[in-house]
Amino acid sequence: MDYALLGDGRCAALVSGSASIDWLCWPRFDSAPWFGALLDSARGGAWRVTPTRPATVERTYIPLTNVLETRLRTASGEAVVVDAMTIASEETKRDELVADHELLRIIRCDAGEVELEVVVDPRPDFGQARVRIEDARALGIRWHAGTTLVTLRAEVPLQLDDAGAVRATLRLHAGESVAFSLVFDADAPAIVPVLGEAARARIDRSIAWWRAWIGRARYDGPHRDQVLRGALALKLLAYAPSGAIVAAPTTSLPERDGGDLNWDYRYCWLRDASFTARVFLELGYVEDAEQFCGWLLHTTRLTRPELRVLYDVYGNEPGVEHAVPGLAGYHGSTPVRVGNAAFAQRQIDMYGEVVDAVAQVIRITGEPDRETRHLLRDFGEYVADRWHLPDSGIWEPRGPLHRHTHSRVACWVVFDRLLDLSARRLLPEIDTARFSAIRDAIRSDIEHHAFDPARGCYVGDLDTAELDASVLLMSYYGFHDAASPRMRSTYAAVERALGAGRGLFYRYDESRRAGEGAFWICSYWAVEHLARGGSSLAAARRLFAEAGAYANDVGLMAEEVEPASGAQLGNFPQAYTHVGLVSAALSLEARARRETAERRAQPRAEVRP
Amino acid sequence: MNWTSWLVWGFASTVLLTLLMSGSQGLGLTRMNLPYMLGTMVTADRDRAKTIGVAIHLVNGWIFSLVYVAAFQVWGGPTWWKGAAIGLVHATFVLTAGMAALPGMHPRMASEQRGPTIARGLEPPGFLALHYGVRTPVSVIIAHVLFGIVLGTFYRAF
Repeated sequence: MDYALLGDGRCAALVSGSASIDWLCWPRFDSAPWFGALLDSARGGAWRVTPTRPATVERTYIPLTNVLETRLRTASGEAVVVDAMTIASEETKRDELVADHELLRIIRCDAGEVELEVVVDPRPDFGQARVRIEDARALGIRWHAGTTLVTLRAEVPLQLDDAGAVRATLRLHAGESVAFSLVFDADAPAIVPVLGEAARARIDRSIAWWRAWIGRARYDGPHRDQVLRGALALKLLAYAPSGAIVAAPTTSLPERDGGDLNWDYRYCWLRDASFTARVFLELGYVEDAEQFCGWLLHTTRLTRPELRVLYDVYGNEPGVEHAVPGLAGYHGSTPVRVGNAAFAQRQIDMYGEVVDAVAQVIRITGEPDRETRHLLRDFGEYVADRWHLPDSGIWEPRGPLHRHTHSRVACWVVFDRLLDLSARRLLPEIDTARFSAIRDAIRSDIEHHAFDPARGCYVGDLDTAELDASVLLMSYYGFHDAASPRMRSTYAAVERALGAGRGLFYRYDESRRAGEGAFWICSYWAVEHLARGGSSLAAARRLFAEAGAYANDVGLMAEEVEPASGAQLGNFPQAYTHVGLVSAALSLEARARRETAERRAQPRAEVRP
Repeated sequence: MNWTSWLVWGFASTVLLTLLMSGSQGLGLTRMNLPYMLGTMVTADRDRAKTIGVAIHLVNGWIFSLVYVAAFQVWGGPTWWKGAAIGLVHATFVLTAGMAALPGMHPRMASEQRGPTIARGLEPPGFLALHYGVRTPVSVIIAHVLFGIVLGTFYRAF
């Protein structure tokens, strides 16, 4: 997956390794795409910048930012495409008119002479939307779709062809540059983007904003580059007006190349909550964590205390799942789906994720307000009546319900965290005796029905022989000490049965049999387990390095990896994988600090009389 | 104009409106809670915001009922259907112009333009307040139409 991600906290674009913007949904992550070549190069539309002579490509994010530089080297010279979704602080927005959304590309020549062809070909909703195209001359080329307007302005003449695409041919010499600005407005009248120095200043302002944001990250460990890239990617997947975080900015990138496991991930999954809260909090982004948990608790109130598996960025149901007819799909993988039917599944594990996330925030920010306390209590009461029921589980297979071990553990987390908050006098409203009894009952149930004494490991479904990598989370949640004999032997069994080699793991037995890719976050769960005492720090670091090797050239990661080829599979980039990586790095760092402290303490203990 | 009748039925209809707006949230029909949104303009404390917001909403409703009463005066006297019609206009105004303007007026509300800077704030309502749930416009219209019907039915001009 050779894409880089751009974004402005509300929507995202994907830029290919050949400087083509193949995916762009405006104005929201889950809006219909304006560029959709990612899923159909003929019908989708793209914004291509192509040297007219053969070129080698090298690219990187400008350090500590989400501004991308793609360097195109030809025999005659070298050009650089700087891509950004421009960012303005809230103060700037109060002082000057800023477009709703802007995708700004500045093409400059660093050496020699380079000729490039630029083609801008928006096709809203895969070409299905009715569009009126207008050449407004000095005001740019304008695409009207419904009440929305996309405007392209450039510092070179633009030619509109019969198919509705804009073309320009550039011949740049060293030191020259050309800016192209594509803006989206839903409010009328639209903002006309200013070019010239003002456009360059908007790139500088975006760079400064990202550097200021990532500069607040508290992490100085050995995996700093990966952790900061993970945080920057996560920030691009956060929807700032509500605090929601989408699972990925894409739909229908297949979990099996050429197959039909293609889902729309442009929604917010509650299962990601615990890791996300941990990552924000431990990196020092308390405000982001608070806003995320605010979204978890308060935008989901239409259904609570019953929760849905996923929501849109405002806590509403995602659109009805349907296939978009006639699209070629990514690498021929059809159908292309929009909407997600997993919405209505029963996944009891989400309550553990949500309660754990909120508990983490409350432990930092102090006593919650009454509404939050009541909501937490209601979650507890809801789970108290249902923890024993079968559910779809964390992997959301579309079939019969099962009694998943991971779901049981997550239910245990609900009561454990609520009782912990109560013990800290932060949650006085709960029935501690009842919740304590239920917590013990769940543990007993897991120990009696989820542990296979013959193999010495926890299994994925109660009273079955199925293995599942999600049981490794027992140590992350504090259900079991990672160094306990049962967890060590469980890890060994999971590694034996689900290990895909070179740091990869399948998520469960059935996924291996079905020929799915290795599920990337499972590698980071394994690192978590090892770092928390399941093995040596060196072993944990080795696995961390192996798992990270599959990231693309700009450090981004999808949902799965094809073990044989190392190719990335599934929607991209995936928030869950990135939070898994950052969380694992934080656990490695915590282990290293602990071992250093123990080493320092040891000599003093030895000389003590 | 009958001031006593306005005081009594303006207050009664406002109480009904407040109950319906808060009740529809409690019933899971919408996340919109106008008293809470008004209260958070004054305080960030969620618990206090609800109390203060109810008070502001009652005063607001009382003042708005004066507009209904004035309309009845110039429209040949109150009837239930005139109250319903004015309520419908009122609700439409709240859902369109009111909701669109709210992020700009509310000190603790995010806007659709916010990002990637975040600050803990209320989610913006969006067009017709649909971000608060697809049933929001219906519940707002029903509440305001009933508000108008109560006023139109019980208010006596003389």
